[in-house]
Amino acid sequence: MIETGGTPAERAAALADAARAGDRRALARLLTAVENHTVVAEQAMRILYPLAGGAHLVGITGPPGAGKSTLVAALIAELRAAGRTVAVVAVDPSSPITGGALLGDRVRMQSYAADDGVFIRSMASRGHAGGLAATSTAAASVFDAAGFDIVLLETVGTGQSEVEVAAAADTTVVLEAPEMGDEVQAIKAGLLEVADIVVVNKGDRPGAQRTAAQLRAMLAPAGNTGRRPSGRSPEVLITTAMTGDGVPELLAALDRHRAAGSADTTPAARRARAAAQVRAVLVERLWDRLASPALAGKTEAALDAVARHESDPYAAADTLLAALGREETR
Amino acid sequence: MTDRPLKVLIAKPGLDGHDRGAKVLARGLRDEGFEVVYTGLRQTPEMIVTAALQEDVDVVGMSILSGAHMTLVPRVCEQLRAKGLGDVLVTVGGIIPDDDLEPLRAAGVSGVFGPGTTIREVADFIRANATPREA
Repeated sequence: MIETGGTPAERAAALADAARAGDRRALARLLTAVENHTVVAEQAMRILYPLAGGAHLVGITGPPGAGKSTLVAALIAELRAAGRTVAVVAVDPSSPITGGALLGDRVRMQSYAADDGVFIRSMASRGHAGGLAATSTAAASVFDAAGFDIVLLETVGTGQSEVEVAAAADTTVVLEAPEMGDEVQAIKAGLLEVADIVVVNKGDRPGAQRTAAQLRAMLAPAGNTGRRPSGRSPEVLITTAMTGDGVPELLAALDRHRAAGSADTTPAARRARAAAQVRAVLVERLWDRLASPALAGKTEAALDAVARHESDPYAAADTLLAALGREETR
Repeated sequence: MTDRPLKVLIAKPGLDGHDRGAKVLARGLRDEGFEVVYTGLRQTPEMIVTAALQEDVDVVGMSILSGAHMTLVPRVCEQLRAKGLGDVLVTVGGIIPDDDLEPLRAAGVSGVFGPGTTIREVADFIRANATPREA
């Protein structure tokens, strides 16, 4: 049983120890704490974050219905056959109206109920717009510190610009389905730009080969090397996740990318990833303080003024920053 | 600290292919503001309990129209307790004869919902009876 007594720091230490020792319920409870931004979660992250860094964090992203969940399931099978443990963070969108969510990614990942080497956690995006939940990166770190070999971060079905996962993952896989667009789609900025590996899924459908060929042609380096110091363009693979075709090749490509990781990850890229994580916490903390009893009135007044077009968002932000500053000096 | 929405697992245990009701309920509870984990058809008790544990849900709702509820539901309740999840609220929906209500409650089921139940009734029941997870 998980003890409920003690200070937050004691509870955090107990949960972190238990999770690292293989207690799956403690791990699940920690993830809940992380999702809910509790004090326990913050204390636990201070213990766990320095212990993370050993796992391969793989982002899986792409449009709705491209086959992300099915591909994750196929990857789990392949990883388990190789004796590697795997955790999944599967994000689905929250309703902007009710806050509710339908988390349906587990439907395709059913076969591992009795396997302790697999842990699947669904997360609602809870208003976060970048393709992940605000706490997905922290959840991945918890899995990492708990000793999983690989963590698969499955985003919500994405459009063209939800590139946040690239900052969270060591390797970003962008899934496309055949016949999703012409060559112009492939040279637009955004999702494909952050891909380390591009996968054309549903490879048994007509057009898969053609789509892969177009992507290869359009993603080849065009002089500048972008964020890849090695100058390599992303590998383009074809899978049929339903049957597992091409999945061993995908895993091999993931491993290759990880092995080459130090070459492809510049200090600047590492800094950018850290910046994204710190910025997320920073924004959250600022909002929490603005919603605190001392400032809630001022905050609401500033927001209402913008809503009525009596003020503008820039002036409101300046007013609130000034209010935060005054609070600080008191 | 923000309040999280209650998290509900909706599962179809056993060999019963009629998932329309479960899907309607899952969608309806989404609209009521719950985070609903939908796990789909043909779940064994082990699958349901593993999902409940990993997802750290507040509620497990099972939909059964096959008549196998007296076999499957007590097994899920037992395994939930064995995994330390005895405080998870368990509800069952489907075609459940009146004579089975008492034994199901004794097994650990808090709510049984038959045909004609509205989504709102289920939502209100969950809000009144579930204990939110804490850490």
